[in-house]
Amino acid sequence: MMSVQNLRVSYGESEIIPDMNLEVAPGEIVAIMGRNGMGKTTLMKSLIGIHPASRGSISVAGTDVSRLETYQRVEKGLAYVPQGRAIFSTMTVRENIETGLTVTGRTKVPGDIYELFPVLLDMKGRRGGNLSGGQQQQLAIARALASNPKVLLLDEPTEGIQPSIIKEMARTLRRIRDERGLSIVVSEQVLSFALDMADRILVIEKGEVVHESPRDGIDEAKVSRFLSI
Amino acid sequence: MIGDYTYSEFGSILAMQGFAGLILFSVFVLMALGLAIIFGQMGVINMAHGEFMILGAYVTYLCSTFVSATIPAFFPYYFFVAMILAFCAAFALGVLVEWAMIRHLYKRPLDTLLATWGLSLVLQQTYRTVFGAREVGVSLPDWLIGSLPVTDVVEVPINGLFVMALTFVITAVVYLLMYRSNWGKRVRAVVQNRTMAGAVGINTRMTDRMTFGLGCGIAGIAGSAFTMIGSTGPTSGQQYIVDTFLVVVFGGAASLLGTIASAFTISQAQSTMEFFMSGSMAKVLTLLAVVGILMLRPQGLFTLKIRR
Repeated sequence: MMSVQNLRVSYGESEIIPDMNLEVAPGEIVAIMGRNGMGKTTLMKSLIGIHPASRGSISVAGTDVSRLETYQRVEKGLAYVPQGRAIFSTMTVRENIETGLTVTGRTKVPGDIYELFPVLLDMKGRRGGNLSGGQQQQLAIARALASNPKVLLLDEPTEGIQPSIIKEMARTLRRIRDERGLSIVVSEQVLSFALDMADRILVIEKGEVVHESPRDGIDEAKVSRFLSI
Repeated sequence: MIGDYTYSEFGSILAMQGFAGLILFSVFVLMALGLAIIFGQMGVINMAHGEFMILGAYVTYLCSTFVSATIPAFFPYYFFVAMILAFCAAFALGVLVEWAMIRHLYKRPLDTLLATWGLSLVLQQTYRTVFGAREVGVSLPDWLIGSLPVTDVVEVPINGLFVMALTFVITAVVYLLMYRSNWGKRVRAVVQNRTMAGAVGINTRMTDRMTFGLGCGIAGIAGSAFTMIGSTGPTSGQQYIVDTFLVVVFGGAASLLGTIASAFTISQAQSTMEFFMSGSMAKVLTLLAVVGILMLRPQGLFTLKIRR
């Protein structure tokens, strides 16, 4: 569904990702793990186009998107939930979700989004900034889903969320995948969360994949060695 | 007795000055609405806002001379067409300026101050070259001249009433656009987080351009209305720009209601005090009060209550 080839991303002279290759199958959930500063967020930002890659190609469902602007990539089927959620805090919950509808041309929030996140229906008139962290995370995911993506990118969704909600979130994300058949790429530091939701786990270090394993039969001890500081 | 006035005379003075204040209030609101969008929402310090207003005034002037020379029968209604043309001209210039200048400066808000100040000088000189340094006035159609007697001593001018009605309509339209339309939603998303707005699928460049254009267009309408109560010269805009920034900052950036409330407070204080003391003294007192209140409430009169 998404294919990344020879991706190179740098900030000025400092090269964060030298040469990344990544294939994501339709309906697959891939977790990208790694310690702080290993290039997870940079990878996400270059996939959605906030920080464009200096070389390489990214294609979604066969269309090359690597030269497109961010909003055009959303049109082609990418959606992004950033680290720290970045919801529009002065806008209401409903308005936040509606911003995601821009590329679809629809104006009403489809009912299945509220079905996934009933709490957002209860709070649809509240300002986004007044929601709790967990609710804001749900809102950011709902906003991303509103654009009907083929590939959903999530950057450290568990950051600052309490453990009981993390479990719930893994379940919801799997349900989203099952119902909509989309692919999910999630960057993560919490191993238990990644094991709960992902089909395949990649570990990156200095922008390169150093370990890769399907969820079943994964060597947990080895992965957590990569993550420990 | 208060000073040399009886109580009824004093009441009439208050009423008349209050009404004069309402007209000033209307011009402030029209000016500030555009700036509330450009400065309050987009964060661009547009020092050339007054010149966009004057562009609208000159368009109205051109329209009035053209209509009275060629189709005098249409003269009583020319004003509505002039307003639309004023909006279009200011909007077009706004879009051009955004494309040529402002879009490169979103990440350097302070530089917009210098750049737009330079732009305002260029525009002023252009007006001087094209229209001459002398102030020009438009002739009003008959139905806008005169005043309505309310009591024996209190009279309200009709052109003032027209400006107030116009202000009300424009404010309502801006409110609906910003808070009830899809376009407004996109604008608010972009001004709050430009990067993220792009990542949810909003064409941020286009939105920025249209937003800036709209703010300038509203300034054009303000200029059009301005011709009814004052004459237009190349530097008329400059006299209003400080007051307008004052209104937007005092009201609390990004709050439409705050802008209106602060325009009301400042204009009423100004015009009531102007009757009893000199104009500059009234201005000093108003500014002192505003500075005092802003020290206690740096965020302005009205703000949204949210966690940030």
